[in-house]
Amino acid sequence: MTNNRNSKGAPHEDVCPTKKLDLNVVRERLDAATGTKSGPEYWRSLEELAGSPEFQRALHREFPKDACEWLDSVSRRGFLKVMGASLGLAGMTGCVKLPKEAIVPYVRQPDGVVPGRPKYYATALTLGGYASPVLVESNMGRPTKVEGNDLHPASLGGTDVFAQAQLLTMYDPDRSQSVVSMGDQRSWAGFLSALRGPLAAQKPLEGAGIRVLTTTVTSPTLADQLHTFLKNYPQAKWHVYEPINRDNVLEGAKLAFGQPVETRYDFSKADVIVSLDADFLYAGFPGNTKYIRDFASRRDPDGKMNRLYVIESTPTSTGAKADHHVSARASEFASLLDNSTGWPDPTFLQAARSDVNARPGSSIIVVGDHLRPEIHALVHKMNADFGNIGKTVFYTDPVDANPINQTDSLKQLVADMNAGKVDLLIILGGNPAYDAPADLNFVEALKGDKVPLRVHLGLYNDETAELCHWHVNQTHELEAWGDARAYDGTASIIQPLIAPLYNGKSALEFVALLNGHADANGYDLVRAYWQGQHTGADFEQFWRKSLHDGWIEGTTFAPKEVSRKTSTRSEMNLTDASAIELNIRRDSTIYDGQFSNNGWLQELPKPMSKLTWDNAVLIGPKMAERLGIRTEDVVELELNGKKIRGPVWLQAGLPDNAVTITLGYGRWRAGRVGTAQGFNAYELRTTANPWIASGVKITKTGDTYKLASTQGMQSMDTPNGATRPLVREASLQEYRKNPNFAVEMDENPVPELTLYPPYPYDKEMYAWGMAIDLNRCVGCNNCMLACVSENNIAVVGKEQCVIGRHMHWIRVDVYYQGDRDNPKAYFQPVPCMQCENAPCEVVCPVGATNHSTEGLNDMIYNRCVGTRYCSNNCPYKVRRFNFLLFQDWDTPQYKMMRNPDVSVRSRGVMEKCTYCIQRISEARIDAETASVREGKDKLVGDELKTACQQSCPAEAIVFGNINDPNSKVSKLKAHALNYSLLGELNTRPRTTYLAEIRNPNPELEG
Amino acid sequence: MPEPSKTVTVEKTPVIEPGHTFGTVTEKISAIVLTRPASNGWFVGFGMAFMLTMMMLYAIGYLFVKGIGIWGVTIPTGWGFAIVNFVWWIGIGHAGTLISAILLLLRQSWRNSINRFAEAMTLFAVAAAGIFPAIHVGRPWLAYWLFPYPNTMRVWPQFRSPLMWDVFAVSTYATISALFWFIGLIPDFATLRDRTEKRWVKIIYGMLSFGWRGSARHWHRYETAYLLLAGLATPLVLSVHTVVSFDFAIGIVPGWHTTIFPPYFVAGAIYSGFAMVLMLAIPIRKIYGLEDFITERHLQNSAKVMLATGLIVAYGYGVEAFMGWYSGDRYDAFTLWNRLHGPYALEYYALLSCNILIPQVLWIRRLRKSPAALFLISFVILIGMWLERFIIVVVSLHRDFLTSSWGMYYPTRWDWMTYIGTIGMFLAAMFLFLRLLPAISIFEMRTLLPEAEVKE
Repeated sequence: MTNNRNSKGAPHEDVCPTKKLDLNVVRERLDAATGTKSGPEYWRSLEELAGSPEFQRALHREFPKDACEWLDSVSRRGFLKVMGASLGLAGMTGCVKLPKEAIVPYVRQPDGVVPGRPKYYATALTLGGYASPVLVESNMGRPTKVEGNDLHPASLGGTDVFAQAQLLTMYDPDRSQSVVSMGDQRSWAGFLSALRGPLAAQKPLEGAGIRVLTTTVTSPTLADQLHTFLKNYPQAKWHVYEPINRDNVLEGAKLAFGQPVETRYDFSKADVIVSLDADFLYAGFPGNTKYIRDFASRRDPDGKMNRLYVIESTPTSTGAKADHHVSARASEFASLLDNSTGWPDPTFLQAARSDVNARPGSSIIVVGDHLRPEIHALVHKMNADFGNIGKTVFYTDPVDANPINQTDSLKQLVADMNAGKVDLLIILGGNPAYDAPADLNFVEALKGDKVPLRVHLGLYNDETAELCHWHVNQTHELEAWGDARAYDGTASIIQPLIAPLYNGKSALEFVALLNGHADANGYDLVRAYWQGQHTGADFEQFWRKSLHDGWIEGTTFAPKEVSRKTSTRSEMNLTDASAIELNIRRDSTIYDGQFSNNGWLQELPKPMSKLTWDNAVLIGPKMAERLGIRTEDVVELELNGKKIRGPVWLQAGLPDNAVTITLGYGRWRAGRVGTAQGFNAYELRTTANPWIASGVKITKTGDTYKLASTQGMQSMDTPNGATRPLVREASLQEYRKNPNFAVEMDENPVPELTLYPPYPYDKEMYAWGMAIDLNRCVGCNNCMLACVSENNIAVVGKEQCVIGRHMHWIRVDVYYQGDRDNPKAYFQPVPCMQCENAPCEVVCPVGATNHSTEGLNDMIYNRCVGTRYCSNNCPYKVRRFNFLLFQDWDTPQYKMMRNPDVSVRSRGVMEKCTYCIQRISEARIDAETASVREGKDKLVGDELKTACQQSCPAEAIVFGNINDPNSKVSKLKAHALNYSLLGELNTRPRTTYLAEIRNPNPELEG
Repeated sequence: MPEPSKTVTVEKTPVIEPGHTFGTVTEKISAIVLTRPASNGWFVGFGMAFMLTMMMLYAIGYLFVKGIGIWGVTIPTGWGFAIVNFVWWIGIGHAGTLISAILLLLRQSWRNSINRFAEAMTLFAVAAAGIFPAIHVGRPWLAYWLFPYPNTMRVWPQFRSPLMWDVFAVSTYATISALFWFIGLIPDFATLRDRTEKRWVKIIYGMLSFGWRGSARHWHRYETAYLLLAGLATPLVLSVHTVVSFDFAIGIVPGWHTTIFPPYFVAGAIYSGFAMVLMLAIPIRKIYGLEDFITERHLQNSAKVMLATGLIVAYGYGVEAFMGWYSGDRYDAFTLWNRLHGPYALEYYALLSCNILIPQVLWIRRLRKSPAALFLISFVILIGMWLERFIIVVVSLHRDFLTSSWGMYYPTRWDWMTYIGTIGMFLAAMFLFLRLLPAISIFEMRTLLPEAEVKE
């Protein structure tokens, strides 16, 4: 366990620097300093000069001794708030001057600004370098919500959880707020003067001692700036390292084609998809948003349904959508594919093969980034053999501006650092001190005197910043100008939504400084670059259109012809089958650790385990049984002499003899939210085996550790041997035989079975309803995060999640059925059902929850006294209660972040989904205004979208007016597959589901 | 020595031991209040109970500062100890009303020696119960919104909610119980006023006795009022716990939604109430030497009532289980299974033992007459009845319709502090009651004496 917090009882180390000061040492240092060093060296005290370890420790402690040792969760929370408030106020001094808050109307209203009316700006947010095109809602100059950009070909309105959560990161009060040198706040000017000397010293050496380390760069402007820099300093080197890199993809492409290429898929045209451990339906896989849309469009049981085969080493949400699923250890993939045609004997593969063979040019074989390059090469060959190239699979130039093997690149850098070849190391973003492979010992190379000047640009004063001489606070992508490319090469301009909160610098501006333009601003740089690229006549028009649409026309990479090298086979060395395999994967909520301090993502349940706030050692049921390990047992993993300890989570569907851990946890300088959560998987990661390692030893430690899963039971089978018809499913054949199977699976009471007279909803103008198509839902969690952001939902922390007090208004339930070693999995998003016979309403003693004439089950927060009777009586358990003061009412940053149209709930109040009533009201008012203006009745149509619906890349959630027979939702509700969850209770829910249809291969079924 | 009257001789065991006169009865009961110095035992007992009361106040104070998140309640188990304790305390109160009102109407004069402290018990139990609904809400400072009071917001409570019915049922019950108890005390207040020698005590009891002089008109008015109140209180014995049971029966939660709840709740209430009466009566009669007034007959009768109501409760459990199977409803069936095999199965078996199995020893006459045995059995029944409410509230809620939302309920130390604190408060009030008021109705006891027989 990496819970490093000292207990109060531990003996206090003496951090007082005044002791143990050795004057002789001071004298020596003084002599040394005046003698040898080139630049001036400043010291603040004799203690610093003496370099006493006590002083160093005091220097590098972020908080005073006892500040980080609060053990009681409740008081720690209170403490955080006070800290947040004071920090926020402290930060204000570094803020741009905020407008005075005088309550007077505009005398002359700024153009286009209507108070209370949000504006939307198209921009992009990057993950692993790849751009997620987004539309950001801005309320009076404050970005409040990230949505997908429906004009962008890579988004079409959908988005991903990481992009949405960036909003919280931007407002994070723990972000680095100033230039820092050796623990002291400094100014930008101070930094400039400190850098000037070393840069000048490198000029004659042509920059031979300069190394720049970036994360994956797809930004054309930044790449251009970096190339300029490399031109100025020809001997300087540009290294790239991203912990979740695509080296295997790159090497695979090189094996197959001799050059780096980007592979792009068109899932809308694929009848058969075979995924080899590729989680292409979840955020982090480049292009996932578009892929989910395309994939979902082919899950229509009335249309031409696709068929998905998945072989995977760790259950993913993609695997859950499979029509046929096989678990295999990642190291066995090579052997599975190891014959000339690529397919061995087992029936599963044979069936898949004949399926693919029968549909030349309309299948896709997609492979996970973490698999060996040889497998990538083989899959390139297979896609070619099955005629998919140019039809469903496309090759383009790499999106990465510097497509090099990043592991090798970092290895080279560390070698240079250790050899003393590096005089000036510039780290632009990233956190290699935390996330570099353990065998490189990056921290050791960074520490001490090996590199005389180390500079870090980052959002946080993190593990890497701590070890650098200078840390410059970076602007967030929502605060600065920039550009980036999406998975298909389409470039987007990144435009700021707000002036930088803490006066940071963007990577672009930083590199411009290196190029001698210390005062360059991002806007000029980006504009100048694109002006240079633009060939047409009217640049201004081009620029405005690009900004408005969120992407630049003509930048999408065209598919290109690549010739496959004939002999790509290399030896795929097989690993020992009896050795336990260790799989290291990106985390589905905090990715590589860069989102550690993001409470929204920490509290977002991981799609398959529903775990929050922790990573776990995932172990399959078979192996757990053999080793006598249970969920929440702490085990020690030992690999090549390195050991880590972590709690176990039994994951159905994980193959035997393999464990999976995820990256991103166990950080020691993440901030107040992320520090010391979970265990650090990077400690077992090596350059040779970054993803899959063999021969890990597991030992039970005897300790246990509480994990916070938000779902009580992940099966529809109850322990008494019965099954509840929650997610209703059938195969395509069964559906064709009996389209009404879903409705017939349970009783359907008549509407009149109630004491109270039915309300004539059909006489109203609107009757809001929702239909959720389980065929389309891929369990990507986007709806949950969209809801959190839209509705100001509080983050409650791990201790509260453990006891079931998470606050998500919409949740995605996952159910496993069948063989625990190879289970079927189902997703079911559950928002409030807005029951027409709502059980919650009759039991509220104060009438705080009422039915609207439009059929909404509304909450009156101000009236709620908090008896929780409504929640008890809610069969869907979608009501959430503020057991404590969960909302942060004090931190100024969070005040700016909130949706002004949604009340911030206080302690003791019940809350729940109301179909985004604030959006409904806005649309209704708009329609009414338009009716008056145009003199004819106008109704709200399908353009009104709830937040969950808006963010759903699969278009699984459809909301609208069920009184309008032509609305999309009415049509779905009329569908044979439409059923009510727990409909036999006669709650008459307005949210209904479309039963799930799978399309199994008849050869394999039965 | 007067002739033994028929009221004393009909039964083998008398309601009052022979040899007492008006004077000795009055002296013996009023002495506890007026002349006997408080023993060390009383101070120790009261001190401990008072400390527990303070602990409760601390727990409630912290609750007001932090919110009910300090308790173990969560989603799906939105109700926990607070509601369990509320129902338990309200139930305990029922025996007092039953003894004083129903047995009065039924002319069961043996009740005369236990009705006073049984009513006090009711009052204190209702007070203990009343704490919970007020503090268990998320915003306790707004709990008054549950009352229909005229206000500028022009909002009214929601009368379809069983919690609203609860508000009326419990507040009516508390009012009637207090009135009934106080009216019954008036003649005894006068006795105490007349017998005390300290002036300030005289003034206090004098004020409390409302100028009672014992005239025939006073007695006439008194009897009328007392009978009327008894008539009003009688339906409450049935209605209060019926309404409390509606909190659950009206809900749709499997394990709650059942029509057997009202009768079975009322029986359970009387069951636990008599257990509490015995648990109080047995030590009181021993310590204050009141064996002459609270005789074996009282113990036996109480034991018989417990046996009868215990069987009704057992029938209730049987019907619940039967319906779980017979209804064929998958949720009810699972609730039954979950009680028997789920994570709280131990509690369910403990409940069955405490409420059904162990009390069957009351069929044995020897045990019905043994104060020690009765004390122990009553204790077991009180635990059993608490567990019954725990099973109903928590075990039904923790696994309801959607398996995805299942959860567990673990009470926190604040839950326990509040619960044990209310027991302390109840006991502290009882201790004060014993020292300040006549624990047995003096004038009603006197009516049981042969002297009270009017000679034709």
